[in-house]
Amino acid sequence: MGLKSSLHNLKEKYKGTKMAPAFNAIHTFLYLPNETTHGGTHIKVADDLKRTMNIVIMAMVPCLIFGMFNAGYQHFLVLGEIGRAEGFLDVTFWNWNNLVIGLQKVLPLVVVSYGVGLAIEFLFAVIKKHEVEEGYLVTGMLVPLIVPIDTPLWMLAVAVAFGVVIGKEVFGGTGMNILNPALTIRAFLFFAYPTWMSGDKVWVHGAVARDKAIAAGENLDAISGETVLGALAQGKEVAYSAWDMFYGIIPGSVGETSALLILLGGLFLIFTKIGSWRIMLSSVLGALAMGLIFNAVVSSGWITESSKFYALMNTEFWHHLLIGGFAFGTVFMATDPVTASQTNKGKWIYGFLIGFISILIRVFNPAYPEGVMLAILLMNVFAPTIDHYVVQGNVKRRMKRLKVKTA
Amino acid sequence: MEYIELFLKSIFIDNMVFATFLGMCSYLAVSKKVTTAVGLGAAVIFVLAITVPLNWLLDQYLLQPGALKWLGADYADYDLSFLSFIMFIATIATMVQLVEIVVEKFSPSLYNSLGIFLPLIAVNCAILGGSLFMQSREIPTLGLATVYGIGSGIGWFLAILAIAAIREKIRYSNVPPALRGLGITFIITGLMAIGFMSFGGMLTGGDEAPKEEKTVKVEEPKNNTDKELANNTKVNE
Repeated sequence: MGLKSSLHNLKEKYKGTKMAPAFNAIHTFLYLPNETTHGGTHIKVADDLKRTMNIVIMAMVPCLIFGMFNAGYQHFLVLGEIGRAEGFLDVTFWNWNNLVIGLQKVLPLVVVSYGVGLAIEFLFAVIKKHEVEEGYLVTGMLVPLIVPIDTPLWMLAVAVAFGVVIGKEVFGGTGMNILNPALTIRAFLFFAYPTWMSGDKVWVHGAVARDKAIAAGENLDAISGETVLGALAQGKEVAYSAWDMFYGIIPGSVGETSALLILLGGLFLIFTKIGSWRIMLSSVLGALAMGLIFNAVVSSGWITESSKFYALMNTEFWHHLLIGGFAFGTVFMATDPVTASQTNKGKWIYGFLIGFISILIRVFNPAYPEGVMLAILLMNVFAPTIDHYVVQGNVKRRMKRLKVKTA
Repeated sequence: MEYIELFLKSIFIDNMVFATFLGMCSYLAVSKKVTTAVGLGAAVIFVLAITVPLNWLLDQYLLQPGALKWLGADYADYDLSFLSFIMFIATIATMVQLVEIVVEKFSPSLYNSLGIFLPLIAVNCAILGGSLFMQSREIPTLGLATVYGIGSGIGWFLAILAIAAIREKIRYSNVPPALRGLGITFIITGLMAIGFMSFGGMLTGGDEAPKEEKTVKVEEPKNNTDKELANNTKVNE
């Protein structure tokens, strides 16, 4: 008896009982269900929720694999065991040793994220007696990609539990939430455990452990790897070229660094019509607009070099697209169809404001070196408002047209 | 520049709802529909814009320690600040009554939809909070006080607008029965506050010189009642 039929038998056996949703979920996750719809269904499309989620995951896989290599590369680089990689295809980067470190550090993050999140989803499905929804598949993949590599696993578990329960399940599950669950999880981590989420120690595997060893009296050199944004916020020289940033061989959260692979993922999402090109394009435009404004402020001499905002304001406007989590947030999180604006005109406004505000926070808010996460959360809050006014505007315009016709 | 800074700060950073959680009662109760929320929000902006500068004048020329100097040297060391609460609330109540009359006259539909909540603005803590923050933050000029009032009002307006739109959206959500209504609204408010935390800390960390301390300072006889109280409660626990 094959796995499929035994799963099917299990499903049949528990049909109508309390645990039925759990067995249904396992069955449909691995295999297409045998059942077909009876009765009057008139819409036939290939992509159901599961396939939509899978396409997004496929778009993220390159970032994940790159993130693993990058984790090892940054680790060995700060230890001084390997040299700088030159260009995207350098063998010092695509190295077996790098991947081993990456696997060791990143896989547990993925496992914990999926394990805790799916356990809660199953629990809620059983208690609330509905089918397990696929919504967590993408969230569970996003979470490990947007946390620093050395995040302790228990923290991640706590945050995932918070994000799934408060961010999603209390609203009734997939498709009902108002804030992006992955970002809720990230924000929870950020505000609850700030020392693990920012600074110059957490982005490279081993830096925190090394610090502890030094504090314990061992004679070692402290290692640090600060992100480009961290360096800029402190007014230091940035040691990376624009190409490094584009390829992503810089320290940062696991999957956010490589603008190149994110761009590919974004094109894939646009091509498959899963992600909204309106949101991606308008948020890039918003970021460029804000960047240009800041550049103009600098070049017109309104701000002196002694100001703490000078370095970030002086960053070339298009660099903002490459550094930090901007690209990742724009492509994979701002486009979340549940929490974004639903109307086309609303998407333009929503995306533009995300880009605009994230650069604003990045430059002006000394408390947070990165603004994308909070900008998207803020716009999630206002997305229904934007939609409301777009819809009301349409209603008003049509009413007017109607009146002209009848008059 | 100062004006713009205070304006933005009072809207986003010190947002009445999300930073200080003031004015919750009407915020929670009148946020079921966007149109009503807009009406109440506008009323709050209006009332704050009038009461804060009025109370600033009161504070400056009547209540502050040393405010009565204009009556003559004899009154220079009078300190009537213990009257602030009652004076502020009196101003607010009068103004709310005025707004109510105006709204009833010019927009009966809005008046009806606001119902009891318009008179309740008088006891809306966001309004009194606006005046008290104006006092405790020592806003220096009448212009700035007006800007602060309008800004706080707009911040409250944005908050109630956003939550009304969200509540219209989640009307079709399958919220667990136990959380329907106020419960989920509280949770949403908390989540929205996370979104608004993006502005926390902005503008405060600028490179302008730290504000000079005001010369007039209230020398309060510091008694130990608070400490004792704390100790007592500890013992009780």
